[in-house]
Amino acid sequence: MNEDQRLQTPDSGPQTSRYVGQRVKRTEDPRLIKGLAHYVDDIRLPDTLHVAFVRSVYAHARITSIDTSVALKAPGVVAVYTGKDVTKIGPVPCASALPGLKVPDYRVLAQDKVYFVGHPIAAVVARDAYTARDALDLVTVDYDDLPAVVDVEAAAKGGPVIYETFGDNIAYKLTAGEGDIDSALAASDHVLKQRIVHQRLAPIAMEGRGVLARYFPGEEELTVWSSTQIPHLLRTQLALMIGIPENKLRVITPEVGGGFGSKLNVYAEEALLGWISMQLAKPVKWIEGRRENIQSTIHGRGQVGYVEIGCKNDGTITGLRYDVFADLGAYLQLLTPAIPTLTGLMLSGSYKIPAIQINVTACFTNKMSTDAYRGAGRPEATYVVERAMDLVAAKLGIDPAEVRRKNFPAADEFPFHTATGLDYDSGNYEAALDKAQAIIGYAGLREEQKKARDEGRLLGIGISTYVEICALGPSQAMPAGGWESATVRIEPTGKVTVLTGASPHGQGQETSFAQIAADELGVGLNDVTVIHGDTGIVQYGIGTFGSRATAVGGTAMFIAIQKLKEKANKIAAHILKADAASLTFANGRYSEGTSSLTIQEVALAAHIAREIPPDTEPGLSATYFFEPKNFTFPFGTHIVVVEIDKETGDIKFLRYVAVDDCGKVINPMLVDGQLHGGIVQSMGQALFEEIVYDDQGQLVTGSLMDYALPRASHIPWLELDRTETPSPVNPLGVKGVGEAGTIGATPAIVGAIVDALSPFGVKHLDMPVKPEAVWKIINGAR
Amino acid sequence: MKKAISLSVNGVSHQHEVEPRLLLVHYLRDVLGLTGTHIGCETSLCGACTIVVDGQAIKSCTMLAVQADGAEVTTIEGLMKDGQLHPMQEGFWERHGLQCGYCTPGMIMAATQIIDRNASPSREEIRHGLEGNLCRCTGYQHIVEAVEYAAKKSAV
Repeated sequence: MNEDQRLQTPDSGPQTSRYVGQRVKRTEDPRLIKGLAHYVDDIRLPDTLHVAFVRSVYAHARITSIDTSVALKAPGVVAVYTGKDVTKIGPVPCASALPGLKVPDYRVLAQDKVYFVGHPIAAVVARDAYTARDALDLVTVDYDDLPAVVDVEAAAKGGPVIYETFGDNIAYKLTAGEGDIDSALAASDHVLKQRIVHQRLAPIAMEGRGVLARYFPGEEELTVWSSTQIPHLLRTQLALMIGIPENKLRVITPEVGGGFGSKLNVYAEEALLGWISMQLAKPVKWIEGRRENIQSTIHGRGQVGYVEIGCKNDGTITGLRYDVFADLGAYLQLLTPAIPTLTGLMLSGSYKIPAIQINVTACFTNKMSTDAYRGAGRPEATYVVERAMDLVAAKLGIDPAEVRRKNFPAADEFPFHTATGLDYDSGNYEAALDKAQAIIGYAGLREEQKKARDEGRLLGIGISTYVEICALGPSQAMPAGGWESATVRIEPTGKVTVLTGASPHGQGQETSFAQIAADELGVGLNDVTVIHGDTGIVQYGIGTFGSRATAVGGTAMFIAIQKLKEKANKIAAHILKADAASLTFANGRYSEGTSSLTIQEVALAAHIAREIPPDTEPGLSATYFFEPKNFTFPFGTHIVVVEIDKETGDIKFLRYVAVDDCGKVINPMLVDGQLHGGIVQSMGQALFEEIVYDDQGQLVTGSLMDYALPRASHIPWLELDRTETPSPVNPLGVKGVGEAGTIGATPAIVGAIVDALSPFGVKHLDMPVKPEAVWKIINGAR
Repeated sequence: MKKAISLSVNGVSHQHEVEPRLLLVHYLRDVLGLTGTHIGCETSLCGACTIVVDGQAIKSCTMLAVQADGAEVTTIEGLMKDGQLHPMQEGFWERHGLQCGYCTPGMIMAATQIIDRNASPSREEIRHGLEGNLCRCTGYQHIVEAVEYAAKKSAV
């Protein structure tokens, strides 16, 4: 299928693309730039009570007593709940089922022990937020300190055990991959090894978590407003945890101030707030503080691994093995154990590697759980593979770009089967590499680098040719359904309503979905409203994560529109007394000869229902649940140039060029925005960000003073370009772009710093690469 | 215990009796119902709560309401004039300077100060001026372009 055919509707000629592919300004923005949008904390209900949590100050301890009596006597305090009060609430769920997985019983408030700093122990309910916070200090908790398990490799090897019933700290072990890795490595000319650390990161959505719950005792209905990425999955899980029928529970996600995976979860606080509202028959609200957010919202990454890569003297890669210790934290959140398996899936990178093996040892530690953070397992894989390719290039004295090029599957080898068991849908890796090299002037750069080195300057060039896995995903590969849903209606007045099961939170799908719908229906962009994030209005959906909203949810909408148009065509033919097959549809109008009807006029007729064919239902709406047959695989090349200040170790970006291919582009402006944001989060991991627990399990980086995020002045001008290889997996040809920047950028940045320091014999550096470490290398070598 | 304060917010005078410890951001949000100003860190590090007090961009999460007694305060809700977007709001819309929108009101308020002080700032000056405001979505590049847009538009 070529692209024109792809965007055709089955019953008509090609639509004029007025909006798709254009830099359309976002329809979300006016309410946001005026300060009139509503995040959870902006929703005000009369008589709302406020909740605050007493949280553990120890990483691992036995609770010997909790005294709430003083707090309960404080003016304005309504209730205090502890672990023994909430035993009827079901455990916080983990959706991943892996063979042999050990699942700790994760109660919503700590029972006899605490397992991480920030573990909720008691919920204080008061008339206002200040009173609730004051009362936290009036709850006395006595602890018996227990030894904390902090280092993941040590956790795997023995020492103190967190859950005695499990016998050890290993949650699961898994080996995966295809090909005979031992023979492949044995037959290689060289085998290179490297220990690689993917430090823990905090997602830090600018809006933390927040929950407002209101129980209606007469109707026996509960409404929960939560800052989540998965309203429907949350509703199902909360219904099970709280024990309320799912059809009596409504979850609403108002404006969501960023997620990055941290809100792709079901949290103890969400269930507790719903339950408390039911106990007190009052609205209750909890707004997470930043300190709580860093302590008790999921972290990302947290892997320590050992890569072995085999190659021939000419640079051909023969095999790759990755033995990884995954730091899961104390409990399993929704997808905690699944993240390392995504790393395993992506270990082929964009290369032909005949034998690949991953050995995962996933361990419990006395820390907050890790889970999906932007990229979720794929940045780890990409970092491993790209760093390994650099090691090969350095060993063989081949340019890093050429080692990569040599191992690419050719454009005509797609679908490309990897030794990790995936089938990459489409790709042209060389085209993206060529383009990025041309933009940055690669050959000239290497010359410039030589000259700089002769002058004693430390100039480094880093390159990453990544591929990632998006549009998650086929249901067979997902714990709770991988499809997405859409309903499209044309109302009697001709306005178009789209209900999507995806739940965007900043990505801009209210606009990009409206662009697709407006083009397909031939109506104005302003005639389309996209509604999401309310289980009381929208049919069941999966949510927004894994760069899936447009590729899976957008496709569901696209196909629903085709169904709607089939019906509209029938009604139009009936009214025009024409043959349905001979009608044409263009620019929103059904015509035959000189007579015609707009689709909006058809919608009115469909609702009045006096002039519709006898075998046709009144109304004009269609629903579709789209199940993708495969994932999609966006890819690209990022090239970075850095210069290091020899006096201070400071790392300065000189150029950043990214050529990304996310398939067909609906709105280039939004795609650029996703890439910018992803790349900068990647810079955060490469240079600044790190969750640090000390050896007692105390969280050292518990505020934004200590957890360093990229700021405007840290960032170079990002030079973006694209290639466009449509995906055959969906009729829109789109692949997804939400995580690409975060996946592609990190190895390029670290590679550039390593390259700059290669005169000192540096082959690899651990992240975040701080000026201090760089300075030590330069000065140690002097 | 409570203390009387009198101040102007977005051109409207207000008198209230407030707890001495009430933060200005909570006064705006909870007493006046102006929820456009957001809270992102409670420690002056993220800038989501930036407003303008007597001509100075400040972080309202670390200022007490009583300290604003007698002040003239402008919040994001007060930026439009005669139903028209402020050039900075327009710039953020035109140049896709926001995604989730949570940092946006603070970012816009801080950015208005940049062009108030320097009518045609360089990209480096804009980045320096935005250093006190965190955005986790945009990577800042479109925000820099939004400020450039507003500077040009304001100069006309």
